[in-house]
Amino acid sequence: MKIERAAWGFVTPALVVIGLFFVLPVVSALLLSFTDFDLYALADRKNLRFVGFGNYVEVLQTTLFWKALGNTLYFVGVGVPLSMLLSLGAALLLDSRLARWKGFFRTALFAPVVTTVVAVAVVFRYLFHTRYGLVNYGLVWLGFDPIDWLGDAHWSMPTIILFAAWKNFGYNMIILLAGLQAIPADLYEAARIDGANTWQRLRHITLPLLAPTLLVVSIITVAGYFQLFAEPYVMTRGGPLQSTFSVLFYMYEEGFKWWNLGRASAIAFLLFALILVATLLMLRLSRRWNAA
Amino acid sequence: MKSIGMKSIGASIAVNGALVLLALLALAPLAWMLSVSFMAPGEAAAFPPPLLPRQPSLANYVQLFARDQMGRYLLNSLMLATAVTLASLLFNLAAGYAFAKLRFRGRDALFQALLGALVIPGQVAMMPLFLLMKSLGLVNTYAGVVLPALASIFGVFLVRQYARSIPDELLEAARIDGAGEARIFFVIVLPLLRPIIATLAILTFLASWNDFMWPLIVLSDQDYQTLPVALASLSREHVMDNELMMAGAVVTVLPVLALFLALQRHYLQGLMLGGVKG
Repeated sequence: MKIERAAWGFVTPALVVIGLFFVLPVVSALLLSFTDFDLYALADRKNLRFVGFGNYVEVLQTTLFWKALGNTLYFVGVGVPLSMLLSLGAALLLDSRLARWKGFFRTALFAPVVTTVVAVAVVFRYLFHTRYGLVNYGLVWLGFDPIDWLGDAHWSMPTIILFAAWKNFGYNMIILLAGLQAIPADLYEAARIDGANTWQRLRHITLPLLAPTLLVVSIITVAGYFQLFAEPYVMTRGGPLQSTFSVLFYMYEEGFKWWNLGRASAIAFLLFALILVATLLMLRLSRRWNAA
Repeated sequence: MKSIGMKSIGASIAVNGALVLLALLALAPLAWMLSVSFMAPGEAAAFPPPLLPRQPSLANYVQLFARDQMGRYLLNSLMLATAVTLASLLFNLAAGYAFAKLRFRGRDALFQALLGALVIPGQVAMMPLFLLMKSLGLVNTYAGVVLPALASIFGVFLVRQYARSIPDELLEAARIDGAGEARIFFVIVLPLLRPIIATLAILTFLASWNDFMWPLIVLSDQDYQTLPVALASLSREHVMDNELMMAGAVVTVLPVLALFLALQRHYLQGLMLGGVKG
C-alpha cells in the first residue's frame, strides 16, 4: 500500500539514527560489560577476553564504588526533596490569586534552568569561595563563622546540592504550575464556602489532585539526579577526599581516563539498574499511598 | 470586612515578598557573574567581595578571545547546535508525523518500544558509541557530535503528541486531490506543525548547546571543543582568575539565555506538552 510505504520512508531515517547510535550501543554495552575491554584491547582486539560477571563482581568489591554510590544516594536523597519542595513552593506562589507580575516571576525563576551547567558551576564555585565568596561574606555579616564550602568534605556535597536545587527547581515548577492550573476553580470555591482554610484546601484539594503530576515529576527528577557528573567535575573534581565522587564520575574515569571500557560499561548498567529500582520503588510506594 | 481586607493585604505582601525573594535568589548569581566579568584582574579576590566593578572594562573578554581561543569555541558551539537543530528537526518531524497520522504495520508496537527505551540513561551507550566513532574515524570531528543527535526519541514523541490533532479529513482530501505523501507532508502538515517546530527547535538548540559529557568524551582536541568543554578545562587552568572565568561563563550562558527570553513561550509550551501529557 502507498501510505504504508510512505510511512516507512518517514520513520526510517530517525529509526536508523536511533538504532545505530543508541540501541546498538546499548546492546553492545551489555556485551562489553562482560569483557575485559581495556587499553590493550583498544590497541588490538585480540587481547579481548570474555569475563562473565567479572567486572560486576570486581566493581562491587571496590570501596571507591561504594563511596561513589553513597555520595550519589546522598545527592539524590537530599537534593530531590529539596528541589521538589522549592518547585512546589514556587509553583503554589505563582498560582496564587494574590501574586502579581506572574509573567516576570515565572521567567526569572525559570532562567537558571536554561543556563549551561558548566558555566554556572564556575560561577557557584566562586560564590562559595572560602575567602572571597559572597556567601561567606553574608555568613560573616550575620555573625557566623565562614565555611570552607568546597574544601571541607562535610560541606562539599551540601554545596553541590544547593547548586543543583538552584539550577533545576524552575523546570519542575513549570510542570507543577500547569498541573495546578488544571485544578477546577469551583472545587476551591466550594471548599471555601464549607469554611476550609488555606492549609485545609492545600491538604485536601491541591495535593491529592496534584499527586499524579508530582509522582511523574519525582520519577524524572530522581532519574536525572542519579546522573550527577558535570557539577562535581567542574566544582570539586570529585573531592575533597572523594566526597563528591559520583557513580557517573566513576564510570567516566574508568572508561575515558583509564580506558577500562568493559568495567565502565558494567558501572553504567549498575547505575541503570539503580535508577530502575528507584523508579519501581516510587511507583510501588505511590500505589500503597493511594490504597491507604 | 475591614479585618478581612487587612488579612488579604498581609497575605498578598507575604506571597509577593516570597516571590521577590525567590527571584532574587534565582537571578543574583547571574547578575554577579555579569558584574564581576567587567572587573579588572584580581579585583574580585578581595574581602568584602565587590558587587560592582570599580572601573568597568572589557579586558577579560579581550583576553578570552585574543589569547584563549574563545571565538573558536563560540563558533564551534554555534555551528554544532545549529547543525544538530536543523537536521534533527527534519528527522523528528517526519517520524513523529508518521507515528501520529499514518497507519503502518507494527506502528504501535514500535512506538511503545521507543518509549520504553526512554528509561535507559544515555551514558550507558557512551562506551560503545565512542568505539563506534573511533572505528569510523569520527573522534575529534564535528560529525562525532552531530550524528548521534540527528534524531531523538523525545523529539519524535513530542511531534507525535502534537501531530495527533491534525484532522484526518484534511489529509484524505489532499489524497483524493491526488497529492503524494511527501507533498502532503511538506505543503499541508509542516505549516500546521509550526508551533511544535519552534518548540522543538529551541529545546534541541539549548540541549545541544548545554550538553557536556559526550562532547567532553568525543572532542579532546581543543580545536573542535564546544564552549562548556573548553570552559571546564579553562577553569582548571585559571583557578585563581575569577574575573576571567566569569567572563567565560557570560559568553557561554548569554546566547542561550537571550534565545530563551526571545522564545520563552515556545519553550515553556514544549515542557508542558512533553511533561504533563506524557
